[in-house]
Amino acid sequence: METIDAVIAEHPFFKGLDPSVLRIVGGCGSNVRVNAGEYLFHEGDEAERFYAVRHGMVALEIYVPQRGQVTVQTVGAGEIIGWSWLFPPYVCQFSARAVEIVRATSFDGACLRKKCDEDTAMGYELMKRLAHVVSQRLEATRLQLLDIYGPAVDTK
Amino acid sequence: MDPPWTQSDPLLTPRPYRVTRNRRELQDTVTLELESGDGAPLSFSAGQFNMLYLFGIGEVPISISGSPHEPDPLVHTIRSVGAVTKAICGLKRGQTLGVRGPFGKGWPLEAAIGQDLVLIAGGIGLAPLRPAVRQVIAQRDRYGKVSLLVGARTPKDLLYLAELKEWRSRFDLQVLITVDSAGADWRSHVGVVTMLISKAEFEAGETVAMICGPEVMMRFCVAELRKRGVVAENTYLSMERNMKCAVGYCGHCQFGPTFVCKDGPVFPLARIEPFFRMRGV
Repeated sequence: METIDAVIAEHPFFKGLDPSVLRIVGGCGSNVRVNAGEYLFHEGDEAERFYAVRHGMVALEIYVPQRGQVTVQTVGAGEIIGWSWLFPPYVCQFSARAVEIVRATSFDGACLRKKCDEDTAMGYELMKRLAHVVSQRLEATRLQLLDIYGPAVDTK
Repeated sequence: MDPPWTQSDPLLTPRPYRVTRNRRELQDTVTLELESGDGAPLSFSAGQFNMLYLFGIGEVPISISGSPHEPDPLVHTIRSVGAVTKAICGLKRGQTLGVRGPFGKGWPLEAAIGQDLVLIAGGIGLAPLRPAVRQVIAQRDRYGKVSLLVGARTPKDLLYLAELKEWRSRFDLQVLITVDSAGADWRSHVGVVTMLISKAEFEAGETVAMICGPEVMMRFCVAELRKRGVVAENTYLSMERNMKCAVGYCGHCQFGPTFVCKDGPVFPLARIEPFFRMRGV
């Protein structure tokens, strides 16, 4: 059976990390399968974990009164989900629902934080990668805010 | 030689066309099927546009959204965004409008033979790309991998839904669809169309990209394509400007040193890149 560090070595988020770092990170991880329709976590839950998705699609949802659950983004294979585990008060801001069967590696956030504190070089490398993901999502969100598919201002 | 304003010039004098069908696509968008008054079908290339003239109201440039290999009826998809387009959208079967065209340069489908294709459409931008998709499907063996990436506001704002489903069911076409937001019953992607580019299957060095949508969307698409290794020479954009005469005389659609009506609307990015981010151009 493949070890967790061997599995995550193939994931784009961890690609190129030193094997010793992968072993440390892998020590906080476990492989999970989530069936379609099930939730990885709910809005308001304690943010204990983060996920490296290997297969399937996850919808990030927020509850909007009078509209119900609204999907604001989907995340798929090769991507990661969750950064609320990094910052107090460690509370999930969105819900994450498996749109189809999801296979992922799930990491214990407290375990990872502790290891990042102990090995700051490793922690810095992981934070750089995470910051890159966050900046990409922020850029995408800004584009969504523009409502670009609406009609142009100059119209006939 | 006749002067350019001669009455016999089909590019300057509208030909009457009769509406044979008005199909509502979205709340503000319809597809018109038109039949030529003289019965002669209009030969056109994918990506070209016509000037549609509603007598006494005005004239607007609208891309042709039918198949180049099936030019009869002439098909246009129009979104109601102003007085002229609202009136055109309201045309009923049997009513008449004027058509001038076809104008401009279309998608480089001949030059792209043997290449992988990635076609990216945002919102109403799927209408000018539809002729290209249909032509590629009709000549599927001439191209490598083909990906169609489509973005819209919500699932209710997706154009040509039945056709998208049909295209998605094909084994030789990768169709990825995303919307800005959706309810729990939506089973495809949510997010901006640029995020689909990393999921598209193509060999960057042998890929031609064709993009049509809001200009800001195209800018971000270009950046993502570049990250994947698609060069400016192989990236084509359909530009939109205020076109009036459609033959390069009036200058309303000037874009840098080019006129969108006659040099475009489809441009290789390499040609227009210096002006692409320039304010006021």
